[in-house]
Amino acid sequence: MKFTLSWLKQHLQTTASVDQLADKLTAIGLEIESVTGLAASLHGFCVAHVTSAGPHPNADRLRLCMVDTGRETLQVVCGAPNARAGMKAVFAPAGVTIPATGMVLKASKIRGVDSNGMLCSARELGLSGEHEGIIELPDDAEIGAPVAHVLGLDDPLFDVSITPNRPDCLGVHGVARDLAAAGMGVLASGAVEPVAGAFPCPIAIGLQFASPSRPACPVFAGRLVRGVRNGPSPDWLRKQLEAVGLRSISPLVDITNYISIGHGRPLHVYDADKLHGEIHARMGRAGEKFLALDGKEYEPGVADCVIADDNGVLGLGGVIGGAATGCTDATTNVFIESAYFEPLCIAATGRKFGIESDARYRFERGVDPQFVLPGLELAAQMVLQLCGGTPSDVQIAGAIPALSGVIEFRPERVSQLTGMALEESDCVRILDSLGFTVEADTKPMRVRAPTWRPDIHGETDLVEEIARIHGFDNLPAVPLPRITAVSGAAVSTRQNRVRWAKRLLAGRGMMEAVTWSFLDKRSSELFGGGAPSLTLANPISSELSVMRPSLLPNLLAAAARNSDRGFADIALFEVGPQYAGDRPEDQSTAATGIRCGQPHPRHWSGTMRVVDAYDAKADALAILEMAGAPIGKLLITQDAPGWYHPGRSGVIRLGPKNVLASFGELHPRILDAFGLRGPVAGFEVVLDAMPLPKRTGASRGALRVSGLQPVTRDFAFVVDSGVSAGELLRAAQSSAIDASLASIASVALFDVYAGERLGEARRSLAISVTIQPAVRTLTDAEIDQMAGAIIATVKKLTGGDLRA
Amino acid sequence: MSEIETLERETLQAIALCADEKSLEAVRIAALGRKGRVTELVKGLGAMRPDERKQMGPLLNGLKDRVTGAISLRARALHDAALDARLATERIDITLPARPQAVGAIHPVSQVIDEVIAIFGDMGFSVAEGPDIETDFYNFTALNIPPEHPARQMHDTFYFNEKPDGSRLLLRTHTSPVQIRSMLAMGAPLRIIAPGRTYRCDSDMTHTPMFHQVEGLVIGEAIHMGHLKGCLIEFCKAFFEVDTVRMRFRPSHFPFTEPSAEVDIGCSRSGGELRIGEGADWLEILGCGMVHPIVLRHGGVDPDKYQGFAFGMGIDRLAMLKYGIPDLRDFFEADLRWLRHYGFNALDIPSLAGGLSR
Repeated sequence: MKFTLSWLKQHLQTTASVDQLADKLTAIGLEIESVTGLAASLHGFCVAHVTSAGPHPNADRLRLCMVDTGRETLQVVCGAPNARAGMKAVFAPAGVTIPATGMVLKASKIRGVDSNGMLCSARELGLSGEHEGIIELPDDAEIGAPVAHVLGLDDPLFDVSITPNRPDCLGVHGVARDLAAAGMGVLASGAVEPVAGAFPCPIAIGLQFASPSRPACPVFAGRLVRGVRNGPSPDWLRKQLEAVGLRSISPLVDITNYISIGHGRPLHVYDADKLHGEIHARMGRAGEKFLALDGKEYEPGVADCVIADDNGVLGLGGVIGGAATGCTDATTNVFIESAYFEPLCIAATGRKFGIESDARYRFERGVDPQFVLPGLELAAQMVLQLCGGTPSDVQIAGAIPALSGVIEFRPERVSQLTGMALEESDCVRILDSLGFTVEADTKPMRVRAPTWRPDIHGETDLVEEIARIHGFDNLPAVPLPRITAVSGAAVSTRQNRVRWAKRLLAGRGMMEAVTWSFLDKRSSELFGGGAPSLTLANPISSELSVMRPSLLPNLLAAAARNSDRGFADIALFEVGPQYAGDRPEDQSTAATGIRCGQPHPRHWSGTMRVVDAYDAKADALAILEMAGAPIGKLLITQDAPGWYHPGRSGVIRLGPKNVLASFGELHPRILDAFGLRGPVAGFEVVLDAMPLPKRTGASRGALRVSGLQPVTRDFAFVVDSGVSAGELLRAAQSSAIDASLASIASVALFDVYAGERLGEARRSLAISVTIQPAVRTLTDAEIDQMAGAIIATVKKLTGGDLRA
Repeated sequence: MSEIETLERETLQAIALCADEKSLEAVRIAALGRKGRVTELVKGLGAMRPDERKQMGPLLNGLKDRVTGAISLRARALHDAALDARLATERIDITLPARPQAVGAIHPVSQVIDEVIAIFGDMGFSVAEGPDIETDFYNFTALNIPPEHPARQMHDTFYFNEKPDGSRLLLRTHTSPVQIRSMLAMGAPLRIIAPGRTYRCDSDMTHTPMFHQVEGLVIGEAIHMGHLKGCLIEFCKAFFEVDTVRMRFRPSHFPFTEPSAEVDIGCSRSGGELRIGEGADWLEILGCGMVHPIVLRHGGVDPDKYQGFAFGMGIDRLAMLKYGIPDLRDFFEADLRWLRHYGFNALDIPSLAGGLSR
């Protein structure tokens, strides 16, 4: 909402400065976007008299002008066709900044001739797109005077951001009312003197709605003014509209815009000679269309409220008028429309056709229904003033919508909700100054909102009104009372797992990424996603159209981008949501990462290697261990999802069903799809899949260590290649040794060998078994017996023989 | 000179002449070995008369002790010399690079979430969560955003396709649905923050289709807007790590709060550097207000008994302001150069006791 200081002063008697007004507007919730005055941007530009204008010696299209600036006479080269001796023009001396370009003007030579400044067009001043020639000032403009003043452009312009609940402030009068309530001056009377009609309105008005209970247009008023002259608008009106960025069209149209801005009341004017029969509001009908004032053709539907006459649709009521019945310079009989339209209907129609008109903007937020008739009177007054003519009586169809109900108000709620102590009388005064009707001697008070405030529904709305006018600067700053002297944990174990996983992986040398929750359909399908239920109906682009089934594809895409920038060794992870379905329980939190290239930069001491599945396995297990998973009980199976290399990947389970993680090299086809050269190792840990530990207190229990030295024995078993290391380790661990003497403390694999000497499809797995004596040092014979038991168990469970 | 004295002199001389451990061992065997000269003399003691033995015993034992001592002294000296000689040959180029350890980084969004949790945790808040894919009820209706509200239209909200029953799910446009879910799950009184992902159908210089918000909700019997102001001032001071901070509460409008306010924080911009807390400029950082009675009711909380405040702020924006990150879009690009520059060490765990940032 834009208005000038002078416009505001038509509605508010005030001595406040521009800065005071601007600060107060923001303080009461009418946020200032900007206060601009062209006086500042046109500083230095002055009125000059062109004393001579002759041809440029070296250019046909340029003219050489001598310019009297009041202080000196300067030579200026000008390219405008209308530059001529005797005219008064806008002169920009060297050193000023041209508003349109932001360039500082310098004295220069143009085609070999000195030019000491510039004669300006409206476009160069940032006033309009007009570039036909330089601005021609009135002959009586004082030479040397500041241009901003002469052009009437030194009126400060307020641009205020109005929240959607405040349609009353889409008129200057409403803004003035708020300012007056906040002590910034006295509100001018909004009363409008009725204009007596000289004859009955010959144009019939009607409402034609199938359901009269909630018509899209409940009231429609109008009147005819005969014998008007619709020439150009007077200067004051033109300047006032132009100052707020509107184009002056003709007095009849300018009047409607003037009242729309001044009072927030949109109106429409028709050339009455182009109307046929009754003018009425109704819903659109299939097949109807009309050419609107914006030059486009629209086809209203059955949900759109239209204004029509006997010949058909004239316009979309409250949104945009029709070209055929608009006023022109030739209009002599004007029909003025003032109606009330249902906000929801206007919003739907405006949205459907994408029409952003001032009328729609106001009607869809809710105009004051009680101002239908005053607005019409005001328009008639102005038409008579500016265009002459004879007015008819007012014609009205329908009824003005009922007033809002009574709100019960307890003034103590103000301090209870805001912490600001206000006297009851202050509350009443504020409500009263905003136009509320207050019965203050009842308990609770009975308050009725003014008809221009459709946003007021209940007691808290009244509290808000009082609080904002009293000023949020008066809010006390009260520390939140502490619940306990020392605050407890803010995060749950589950939430902590997320935090730990991030810091663990960063500690393992990986970079944390945050990527979109959505991705393109093709990528999602590669990872088992792309279900219609997870596809956005209105994505911002097809690249971001499906909820991600896994975090891997976005990380792979990120790796490819980094790889394209020349980074070959990449370790990226993300901890975030993935979506198996659209129910809340289908969303899980995954800690997912990828490693590409070499795990470390090349180093002089070592050999190079590339990442493999075991890097990813280590990452996955580190997270699981950190999260408290029973590492010894986890099952690792070779049945990872299809996006992994089928032979070089695995799944980590807790029990046969509960998948905690998968890891491995990514499938070469997946890498191809992302334009990556392999290998790439990846892991996905579902943090939510791990059961939460039962918290049994922080105590660890006593440490029990044996005083007896453990015994370690190494064994190499030759097994079929179908036997996994995990099976062998489990077999060795399960060996039955005399528990009264010792137990198997750990089994670790330290060598894998495959070679021709072992035969085809055979390999040797070397393990180290640590035996912890229970009560005394073991004898050699006892140790040999235990070794025998281990060999026998491994043979029995895996078929493995001790390597010769 | 007695035989013993001669033997001692000769043996000690021999020990002193030993140049390595091997020759020293030979001297030791010649003197103290099973057939060594000293050993032989000691053996002779047994055949002596008692008075002779009484005289010779201490002499021979003294000899043995002195020889033994001299050998071990010499052995240590030789060992030290040998070690010195070896160490003199063992030199490395200590300017060669150490073994590399890949260094990871925490994303600024995670870091700022942890900072926010540290501060609000101290004020007694706990962390609540809700799903990204929401229903119309939790995202809008329960928050007093009527069906015709412009925010519900396609240009702001990401929708999924309509289901057979006519309902359609959406991506939450703010973290405010967690208000409702938390009230329904935990009731009043309540003190929660809800950091998380939010989505709007918007993309330009300063908007991305996904961004992060943190919601705050405090419900109690006598929680008023002064508490909201106090709470947010303390948060801003702690978060931006400044002693004083200028803040401005401006009346605004949100359907789910009443009264509603937007909060600006004082700042200065000079020489391209933004300083928070001082200066004449204002920077909008969050929206807040007293929870609307309709919202309380949707959360199963009796508005005649309880009241409270809520706020919502952009985590990415907080990160940009605090750490001088110029462009929001870069947050989601996973550019290694960006992550290395703006990321945090894994051990930089924000806490109030240890400080939020280095």
